[in-house]
Amino acid sequence: MPLRLERQENISPLRHAMAPVVAALVTLVVGAVMFVVLGHDPVRAFTIYFIEPLGDAYTLQELVVKASPLLLIGIGLSFCYRANRWNIGAEGQYVAGAVLGSWLALATHGMEAGPWVLPAMLVLGALGGALWGLIPAFLRVRFGASEILTSLMLVYVAQLGLDYLVRGPWRDPQGFNFPQSVTFDDVALMPLLMEDGRLHGGILIALLAVIAATFVLGRTLVGFSIELAGSAPRAAAFAGFDEKRVTYGVFAVSGALAGLAGIIEVAGPIGQLQPTISPGYGFTAIIAAMLGRLHPVGILVASLVLALTYIGGEAAQISMRMPFDVTRVFQGTLLIAILAADILVRYRIRRVEGTTHA
Amino acid sequence: MRKILSMAVAIAAGLALAGGAPAQAAEKLKAAWVYVGPVGDFGWSYQHDQGRKAVEAHFGDKVETTFVENVDEGPDAERVIEQLARAGNKLIFTTSFGFMEPTLKVAKRHPNVFFEHATGFKRAKNVSTYNAKFHEGRYVLGQIAAKTSKTGTIGYIASFPIPEVIAGINSLMLGAQSINPDMKIKIVWVNSWFDPAKEADAAKALIDQGADVISQHTDSPAAMQAAEGRDVMAFGQASDMIKFGPDSQLTAIVDDWAPYYIERVQAVLDGTWTSTDTWGGMKDGEVVMAPYTNMPDDVKKMAETTQAAITSGALNPFKGPIYKQDGTLMVKEGEVLADKDILSMNWYVKGIDDKVPGQ
Repeated sequence: MPLRLERQENISPLRHAMAPVVAALVTLVVGAVMFVVLGHDPVRAFTIYFIEPLGDAYTLQELVVKASPLLLIGIGLSFCYRANRWNIGAEGQYVAGAVLGSWLALATHGMEAGPWVLPAMLVLGALGGALWGLIPAFLRVRFGASEILTSLMLVYVAQLGLDYLVRGPWRDPQGFNFPQSVTFDDVALMPLLMEDGRLHGGILIALLAVIAATFVLGRTLVGFSIELAGSAPRAAAFAGFDEKRVTYGVFAVSGALAGLAGIIEVAGPIGQLQPTISPGYGFTAIIAAMLGRLHPVGILVASLVLALTYIGGEAAQISMRMPFDVTRVFQGTLLIAILAADILVRYRIRRVEGTTHA
Repeated sequence: MRKILSMAVAIAAGLALAGGAPAQAAEKLKAAWVYVGPVGDFGWSYQHDQGRKAVEAHFGDKVETTFVENVDEGPDAERVIEQLARAGNKLIFTTSFGFMEPTLKVAKRHPNVFFEHATGFKRAKNVSTYNAKFHEGRYVLGQIAAKTSKTGTIGYIASFPIPEVIAGINSLMLGAQSINPDMKIKIVWVNSWFDPAKEADAAKALIDQGADVISQHTDSPAAMQAAEGRDVMAFGQASDMIKFGPDSQLTAIVDDWAPYYIERVQAVLDGTWTSTDTWGGMKDGEVVMAPYTNMPDDVKKMAETTQAAITSGALNPFKGPIYKQDGTLMVKEGEVLADKDILSMNWYVKGIDDKVPGQ
């Protein structure tokens, strides 16, 4: 039976708003089935996963700490995705930012440098990420190369570069050859917001980014040109918006925010450079951006939800001995459900009558 | 904004307290393990989990254990360890080098919890470190390899150029040279502890270059399977991998953490736990050789003799004279290399035709 997807012109705002809710419900149902199959009480599992982490001051802080890189990167990605530029390499831009920012921390190590070090590191971090993000933008504009491929490939280049640095020139001389840098001086570390816990100043930067992005995307000509470049490139060209500038612009913003997330993470919770500085934030942030429907506030909510699946997943491992893979399956289900819900809201499946398959 | 945040957190904290702190369970010691890989890696993490199971079997009702697997050596590690400490665990084993700083940070906040960090070098009042002298086993492997290899070339799949791995390569080579001074070694660095695809590729590349005995310092049985497929010999790593290479495994160095774990849990139960640095070897039962298989009886006999000599202390793999690659005498005749020099080793012994990465 031949089926066809047909675009719907008038979609009610209600249906639009309901799509993520339906997706979340589908995920819960799939999750419940999975728990039953694994032999766990689904109600208890969901409580440990999603409710208990919210009832404890420490895990609440951790939730925010875990969500903040996803949030920063996700907002950057929303600039790209709104313009139909597919930056898959935020992970690499994150690493590039962390590396360039850390360079200053290592260069000033032990020098009793002033409080200017951290702000300068943040600037360098954003710069490093932006420069790394501009490479796929340049390749697309100049040679028409697919930014999906080039940005992804550059992730591995950045990771191997970091690997080389921490095993080679930036290795802690007192560290018995182990691959890690010295721990940063106090002036190069993110200030903590509270006495107890790991809530650090980077969270405020992430929240500022939400406000700024909401304004830029929603209320300015720049935001409009990005939107138009994505939804109607020809119209954008007629309106006089330069396609190349949009490409460079969105990749620079996206890279800068990812780089900022990288240096905040290194100067915050980690406190030194090491071979692994991200558990895949750059990729998980893609889910956050999609789940948040490319809207900064939506991404804020989505980042918190994703962070909750991680932290809940750890709690489930600790108290129910649930395998780690369950968390992965959860996230995957959520993404597929949201994409499917999206399609089903915007399109209608119709049976095509009178024709047969070629 | 900061105020709002802290208020929200404070309110949540109040609610959590009002809900009542979790009741203290009866006098049961809670112990936890943090693994870098999956417990099903049949290597490093698997063996630590075997140790955990041994603790459960030994202490029964007196101990309750838990574990978290697949923990990244990044920002997540600190949270996992913190959560375990907050969940009431009194003894926490963090079993990968990259957990060193997170362990120390959490330990500072929980002075009444005991921490044990595997393979690290930083300690605190409530943080011990432990490791095993796997290089003792590698000396035996070197001798077996020299006896069984027809091409005179050993293939070595190495993970990271850290002292423990370098010392392992050196020890294997010293063992091989004690039988055949002309033995050659080819080394491939895969820059990972656990990456079955890369490990298998490395094994195939080494076999293509003429190596007919494969040794590895990575955690999966992939290299053993590759060796089995190509009819060359290999040594298992961390656990007995005979079922992955029934016709290829000569022996395996098995990490047996059970004696150490049982001893440490007992110390906490007795109230005698103190911060220590433990580096056990064959003598302590931490480095165990899997059965010697797929080799002639005389080779087996030699291996058993060497193993017994190392266990009794009569033989030390790092006994002088030992020369560095460039011919510099590093250990004089009649002396042995000090533990601290093994733990910071970053040079190859003479006869290894390769370069330590990053040196």
